[in-house]
Amino acid sequence: MPQLTRRRTLGAAATALTGLVLTGFAQAAGGSTDLRTTGEKRPEGHEAHGGHEGHTGHAAPQPFSETFQGRRIEGAPSHADGHHGGYTVLVDGEELHVMRNADNTWVSVINHYETFATPRAVARAAVIELQGSELVPLA
Amino acid sequence: MTVRKNQASLTTAEKRSFVDALLELKRTGQYDTFVTTHNAFIMSDTDNGDRVGHRSPSFLPWHRRFLIQFEQALQAIDPSVALPYWDWTVDRTVGASLWAPDFLGGTGRARDGQVAEGPFAVSGGRWPVTVTVDGRGFLRRALGSGVPQLPTRSEVDSVLAMPTYDTAPWNSASDGFRNHLEGWRGVNLHNRVHVWVGGQMATGASPNDPVFWLHHAFIDRLWAQWQARHPRSTYLPGARTRNVVGLDDVMRPWNDVTPADMLDHTRYYTFDTVS
Repeated sequence: MPQLTRRRTLGAAATALTGLVLTGFAQAAGGSTDLRTTGEKRPEGHEAHGGHEGHTGHAAPQPFSETFQGRRIEGAPSHADGHHGGYTVLVDGEELHVMRNADNTWVSVINHYETFATPRAVARAAVIELQGSELVPLA
Repeated sequence: MTVRKNQASLTTAEKRSFVDALLELKRTGQYDTFVTTHNAFIMSDTDNGDRVGHRSPSFLPWHRRFLIQFEQALQAIDPSVALPYWDWTVDRTVGASLWAPDFLGGTGRARDGQVAEGPFAVSGGRWPVTVTVDGRGFLRRALGSGVPQLPTRSEVDSVLAMPTYDTAPWNSASDGFRNHLEGWRGVNLHNRVHVWVGGQMATGASPNDPVFWLHHAFIDRLWAQWQARHPRSTYLPGARTRNVVGLDDVMRPWNDVTPADMLDHTRYYTFDTVS
């Protein structure tokens, strides 16, 4: 599996993390504007954590990495506290916020009212919707 | 008293007042705080974790409170303004007056989805889109592209007929009225309308499109209609439940309002007609 892109590190909290791919968005709902906290991608050797909230009893989908309509889309299981479903998706190295539904379908922040069967499908839908524009963190 | 009217029945002057208040709220920066709040909840509301604004019983009272707050912000600019609602079972084509240049403007152009006419076209300089997950600073739509048909009246009636407000596990997998209205299950009402509009309306930052408020004002009215049809049914869960807002639990981000406080909309506004 290809190594996922090393990402920018935003904020002191992220630099304190080792081995964690992403931390939660719990602050976001409290009104913080710091919606994303990121660390280094280390997908190798990370197992799907079926015991985590968000995907109890369901293994995370397999990693993927491909070029779709000229964009690099990647996905891999990650440590995350539930709302990602333990899975991270990148479009040209920028995180696409994705979420696993109770029925194991997926949505992303780009297509949030429509469900998709797999993280790869939700990544491809985002590429189509983006029409070449870049994902950026929310202000 | 605030009276929420069908958008199709608004006078030219009422449309102008509503649009002007939206543009002023945008100019002051207040409008974008609503977009930020909505997106923050959409990203944090999860089926197996804490959930307040979406995919949970409090979807309806949360959006009722959110719309009241937004309407009050508009009324601080122009006290005559009330949120109109969009009955998408009737006004279901791109030719509806809702999408005319004197109101919300129409669908996006083919090349980039940009809404190029009406008060919210980027060329007018008064509707910059800044709270977004991509770099595009203009309002986008693709009416009828993501899904061809808006819900029909008979589909709405089939959901209004459901007597139980919500059921365990109180999320996107639930049976009952709330989840069928929200659209994660069944004929799909609320979610499908977001997809039909497309552009920012299909994203977590959906309030970037002013039609967000008209869509949710109609969803809110459907809740009132459901209450009228099922007088012995009420909000569930009634008791404290893990990760979910019960009838008497406070809702974030306000922390001073419960679903019970939101059950009677007539304390805040009435509709031109409820039936």
